[in-house]
Amino acid sequence: MGERLLMKGNEVIAEAAIRAGCRHYFGYPITPQTEIAHYMAKKMPKVGGVFLQAESEVSAINMVYGAASAGKRVMTSSSSPGISLKQEGISYASGAQLPAVVVNIMRGGPGLGGIQPSQSDYFQATKGGGHGDYRLIVLAPSSVQELYELTVDAFNLADQYRMVAMILGDGVLGQMMEVVNFRDEEPIVDADKSWAACGHGMKREHNTITSIHLDPAVLEQWNQALQKKYKTICEKEQRYELYKTDDADIIIVAYGSVARIAKNVVHVAREEGLKVGLLRPITLWPFPTKAFEQVMDKTRAFLTVEMSSGQMLEDVMLTVSGRKPVYFTGRMGGMIPRVDDIMAKIKEISAG
Amino acid sequence: MFLHEVIIAGFGGQGILSAGRLIAYAGMLDGREVSFFPSYGPEMRGGTANCMVVVSEEPIASPVLNSCTALMVMNNPSLEKFESYIKKGGVLIADSSLVQQKPTRDDIKHFELPATLMASEAGNKAFSNIYLIGKLIKETGIITPESFEKALYGVLSKSKHHLIPQEMEALKAGMEY
Repeated sequence: MGERLLMKGNEVIAEAAIRAGCRHYFGYPITPQTEIAHYMAKKMPKVGGVFLQAESEVSAINMVYGAASAGKRVMTSSSSPGISLKQEGISYASGAQLPAVVVNIMRGGPGLGGIQPSQSDYFQATKGGGHGDYRLIVLAPSSVQELYELTVDAFNLADQYRMVAMILGDGVLGQMMEVVNFRDEEPIVDADKSWAACGHGMKREHNTITSIHLDPAVLEQWNQALQKKYKTICEKEQRYELYKTDDADIIIVAYGSVARIAKNVVHVAREEGLKVGLLRPITLWPFPTKAFEQVMDKTRAFLTVEMSSGQMLEDVMLTVSGRKPVYFTGRMGGMIPRVDDIMAKIKEISAG
Repeated sequence: MFLHEVIIAGFGGQGILSAGRLIAYAGMLDGREVSFFPSYGPEMRGGTANCMVVVSEEPIASPVLNSCTALMVMNNPSLEKFESYIKKGGVLIADSSLVQQKPTRDDIKHFELPATLMASEAGNKAFSNIYLIGKLIKETGIITPESFEKALYGVLSKSKHHLIPQEMEALKAGMEY
């Protein structure tokens, strides 16, 4: 076993990135994810990497574009308003098929909003926050240990599929401390990067990294190639956790820190004789439709719980597609759902 | 089941967050599952500060608490805000040098000690939180004093290690109060 440490979520993301071979980090501070930049500023010089605080989020994401073009493992991080600023760059990187990791530790919006935890960037993360027909692989950790493991995975998936992978967390996950077990060695995927623009030494044709294709037929083909890749990912990369769903009459669907509160609800409900389970999406894109098929026939209803007005709710409804009733409860603006409130909703559904 | 859910609250600068971190660290050394969730943002700078610590033998479902088995407070507003969070039969520990208010409930165990006064009399005001942790250890058994000492060595920078014997004195005084 490797090291066992008590660490803050944000610091673990940064440590995981370095362990995954990331040697380029570009960012701009914003609460509640600034500790990622702090950690990178301290550690990157010690491992021969680059930490750079850019003059803005827009600048940082374009630096990511540059490092990724050269075939290097690269990361940027921010929180909601800052991620909005990065959208153009994310679209360009997606268009150019560049691997990179973007971390969003969400806070309440819209606009500058507040600094308390939220999940209201689900649409932005999973439906394309920038322009064009593109997707991000979106990973939603729900513990400090998972922040570590999924950050490492994000780099591997980004390289493997040549696309942007996003870690979608929130202020609770970023700020909390928990025990993390680091592996002695990381499972690093050694992806082919012969496409990278990193100097050809006059020995080969030069590589071009671009997202511009002015001929619509060519651009359509390019898009078709992207869609084919996305389809493969939908088939192969869905991840989820099913918790006490085997006999559950009501299944809560929740991700990230809310899934942890939902787990408490499962315990409380079962103590009161109500059979409640939890379906926790770990990949938000691809959305884990396979998890729903596993439990569809056995359960009576789904209850989606989010720190938003009901964004993932739309994917749940699309997946369930009218086969079972889908309910929703949530809080917004940095308020965190309470066990009691979710229990009240469960009792209402059970009685109905 | 061994499950302690603690809320620690007071002003920024009273060592609220470091008290929480130390308890979590010591809990880890005791072989428990632990989580620590601090308040963050503008409220840290001169305003109120609080943190939530869970020490458990089972994996911890949520680090965010809507109720607690123990509350440790270092100012009046914190008592007002969190008194209702304490579970029936739970523990309230108040720094009576700063908290003049009394709890309104009679279904909890209420303990007072003048931690800030004791700390300044002993010559280091910064240790007031340690006296309270001592009382918390005595009344709940959340962590062992041995692990707390190791946690101090783990959390504090080397330049402050010479203070640890004094801090352990403070812990002992809190436990014996």
